[in-house]
Amino acid sequence: MIPVIGLFVGIAAGLFLDPSVPVALQPYLPIAVVAALDAVFGALRAYLDGIFDDKVFVISFVSNVVIAALIVYLGDQLGVGGQLSTGVIVVLGIRIFSNVAAIRRHIFHA
Amino acid sequence: MPERKVRGQVIVALLLAVLGFAVAVQVRAQDREGIYPGARRSELVQLLDSLDAANLRADRQIAELEATKRELQTSTNATQTAQQEAREEATTLAILAGTVAATGPGVAIEIQDQKGSISAATMLNAVEELRDAGAEAIEVNDTARIVAQTYFADGDGSITIDGAPVRPPYLIEAIGSPQTLSVAVSFPGGLADEVEALGGSVFVAEADAIDITALSQQRAPEYAQPAP
Repeated sequence: MIPVIGLFVGIAAGLFLDPSVPVALQPYLPIAVVAALDAVFGALRAYLDGIFDDKVFVISFVSNVVIAALIVYLGDQLGVGGQLSTGVIVVLGIRIFSNVAAIRRHIFHA
Repeated sequence: MPERKVRGQVIVALLLAVLGFAVAVQVRAQDREGIYPGARRSELVQLLDSLDAANLRADRQIAELEATKRELQTSTNATQTAQQEAREEATTLAILAGTVAATGPGVAIEIQDQKGSISAATMLNAVEELRDAGAEAIEVNDTARIVAQTYFADGDGSITIDGAPVRPPYLIEAIGSPQTLSVAVSFPGGLADEVEALGGSVFVAEADAIDITALSQQRAPEYAQPAP
């Protein structure tokens, strides 16, 4: 219950404070968000599987965000930032889909 | 171990709060940036093309409007020039027609005539001499303005100018070059000699400022029409 409240508090804070994204962070924030989403769905799946561990979640969340940002940064340095961002999004998207599929099987048994 | 569980939930909640915050901020930023960052290349190219076309149209419009502006300015200048010329011509004509007072350098000629022997012919002669010397405006005794239609007639011991009697001594004032005018009066066999032969006397005074205040009645032509 507490994690759901935390999620809504974060969304509300983002909407009401409405801070502008620093220019240096602008290319990384969308990727970081998608990477974090991947970690969240993975955690949800693990929770339904009964193997959720908050330490694992924290580590996977942080490492996902950091690695995604690093890949984009590296791509920017190499001049293929756009393509690499697309690649990261695709990979994370596939993972999210498979996680959501597992979650779906748990909930609907289908 | 419930304490550890609560702590884990709080940490998860914290991370989810960060995620929610980031999502909200990113969505807001995306809204603010408008359609361009998410647009595809072909759309952007199309957008650019239409902007270019609009630019071109605006440029053409600017050029047209500036041409119109120039035309209007030119025609305004022409109108102003025409008005200026018309005003100057009106002034010139008003002085010639004697409908406005005039001032300028000239001469004042006093003709004494105790015997009453100065006739209209002599006065006409005097006026003709002054006109010959370039007099631009002439009046007699501050009452009679001499213009193109002015006529002289002999009256009873006086001269009639435009139907109004003018009595001696006569004071003829004329605007023009003072030297030329005074020479025109006093040259041998001229007006002065003529008047003295008739028993009168002539005094000529050159002045830097002669004021001619008598006005002639303007008569609209009754019969004459401008020829086409």
